[in-house]
Amino acid sequence: MSAPTSTRGRIARLALNAYAAIGLFYLFIPIIWIVAFSFNEPRGGYNVEWQRFTFANWADPFGDAALTDAFVESLKIAAISTVVATLLGSLIAIALARYRFRGSEGLNFFLVLPLTTPEIVLGSSLATLFLDWDVTRGFTTVVIAHIMFQVSFVALTVRARVRGFDWTLEQAAQDLGASPLRTFWKVTFPLILPGILAAALLSFALSLDDFIITLFNAGSLVTFPLYINGSFRVRFPPEVNVLASVILVVSVALMLTGTLWGARGRRKSAA
Amino acid sequence: MTAVARLGRLRERPELIGLGALLLAGALLAAVGTRVLTGPFAIIALASVLASVVALVLVAVSGTPEARRKIAPYGLLKPGMLWLALFYLAPLFTLLRLSLSTLPSRFAIEADFDWNFGNYVDAFTDFGPQFQRAFLYAGIATVLTIAIGYPLAYVIAFRGGRYRTLLLGLVVIPFFTSFLIRTIAWRSLLSDNGIIIGAVDWFRLGGLLETMQIMDDGRLINTPAAVIFGLTYNFLPFMILPIYVSLEKVDVSLVDAAKDLYSTSTAAFTKIVLPLSLPGIFAGTLLTFIPAAGDFVNAAYLGNPNTTMIGNSIQDQFLVQNNVPLASAMSFVLMAIITVFVVIYSRFFGTEELA
Repeated sequence: MSAPTSTRGRIARLALNAYAAIGLFYLFIPIIWIVAFSFNEPRGGYNVEWQRFTFANWADPFGDAALTDAFVESLKIAAISTVVATLLGSLIAIALARYRFRGSEGLNFFLVLPLTTPEIVLGSSLATLFLDWDVTRGFTTVVIAHIMFQVSFVALTVRARVRGFDWTLEQAAQDLGASPLRTFWKVTFPLILPGILAAALLSFALSLDDFIITLFNAGSLVTFPLYINGSFRVRFPPEVNVLASVILVVSVALMLTGTLWGARGRRKSAA
Repeated sequence: MTAVARLGRLRERPELIGLGALLLAGALLAAVGTRVLTGPFAIIALASVLASVVALVLVAVSGTPEARRKIAPYGLLKPGMLWLALFYLAPLFTLLRLSLSTLPSRFAIEADFDWNFGNYVDAFTDFGPQFQRAFLYAGIATVLTIAIGYPLAYVIAFRGGRYRTLLLGLVVIPFFTSFLIRTIAWRSLLSDNGIIIGAVDWFRLGGLLETMQIMDDGRLINTPAAVIFGLTYNFLPFMILPIYVSLEKVDVSLVDAAKDLYSTSTAAFTKIVLPLSLPGIFAGTLLTFIPAAGDFVNAAYLGNPNTTMIGNSIQDQFLVQNNVPLASAMSFVLMAIITVFVVIYSRFFGTEELA
């Protein structure tokens, strides 16, 4: 857009930029709190009021045994559900992006539904299914629940990423004598892989963070968010902040790697 | 036409076999999941599901390339769609059935299905205020996310330049920490000894905020405003990202053209940019309003007993009071109201941008 010339235009432009900057800062306020309070030395394990600075929490991030168990449980659930959901969701995404077929609109609509259903409905309805089956809720039911909401998410994310993909490349490979299987592994797969990995990373984070759906389907199982919620009335140990900060740093690092990798890939294909 | 001839024609239309097998398998699996089909029928149904998978594999292995290509999408869709049929669709039926069931006694676990609409009567009579608050708070929060998110998305899209991706990444980063911990962070920040009350006192804004009904008796925490504020914060990225996506597609030369034709900046915005970004606002509204209306975390951590939303009541009835039929009825009503809202809303705007 052409730069505004009048003083009023310049002021309006600055005001809007400042407003946006404040909005961006607002997003980070709790993050600053979380990281700052990971260096707090709380009184009696209730880390919500600032006392004094310490490195002690970072020296022993797994100091709280129950919290660590819950955290490990969450990582296991996220790992299993992400692998399954990424596989199922990517297959759906390839079908929707690659082929024109009868019924695709209806199936596409069905795929969006779980994402537009409130989590409390997803969680409570799935719990009624398990009640109906007389299944004890626990690790397996939570994994099933997480896969359910991750599948749609992965499918839509991957589909958005492969939308602009040039499928005639497959045709070219086959014209040059490659078998369909070889075409997939040598041409299609490497091209859609970054999109799949990005979707997997995001859905891993979704699983790790999920509270509402998990609460309804966990039975006596305790995950990271469930532990925090369950013990909040009596304690909120600083290790929570340390682990949350670690998750944040790891996610940002992975995201950056992915972006740089994607940029390199684009440069390579442009060359 | 004889049945054999029909079948013969079907052989030439493999995509109909594919689609039919997919839908039938999904329906059968959901029917077994909800125990509509039981005993031998369930076994036959599951065998048919298995047979439909085998049929797909057979076509994939031995069919002509043309048949293979036509049937491939259904094969790719099948595993994920069957998962959703069993663990998304079937539960909605069991939820409906439980919501029409009766608990034989206060302490019973198993409910009997007897078309008991009393749960729905209870849901409306006993939890009317919670429903109202859920939609009121979610509505206000949605408007606030547009007010905060639109300018932010606009600045990133049109003035971000080469830093666009970085700025967009910054919007997403906070959401790699837990939803629950972020809400607890706000609880600490808004608390009576927190940094925000300190700032309010320092700037002597207490009186103003009291008249705006944001503060109550000198407190920020445990107020309706705190709940709405928490909802706004937690769902803000769901508004920013779709708006950004729609703004990014706006052709800047259109705005330049308008200005060349002596349009003011304001007119260029309201006549060109804003209408083109409406699909983003629409998608963002759904992605914000729906989860906000069902949320109970913000009300539980930032509110008081008089700010509970329907999510709190569902959670309490289901997991604490063990009145699963009543909780199911409330869940179902919540979903029904939201579905009606989405249908009416999409009549005006379309759902293209959502996917």
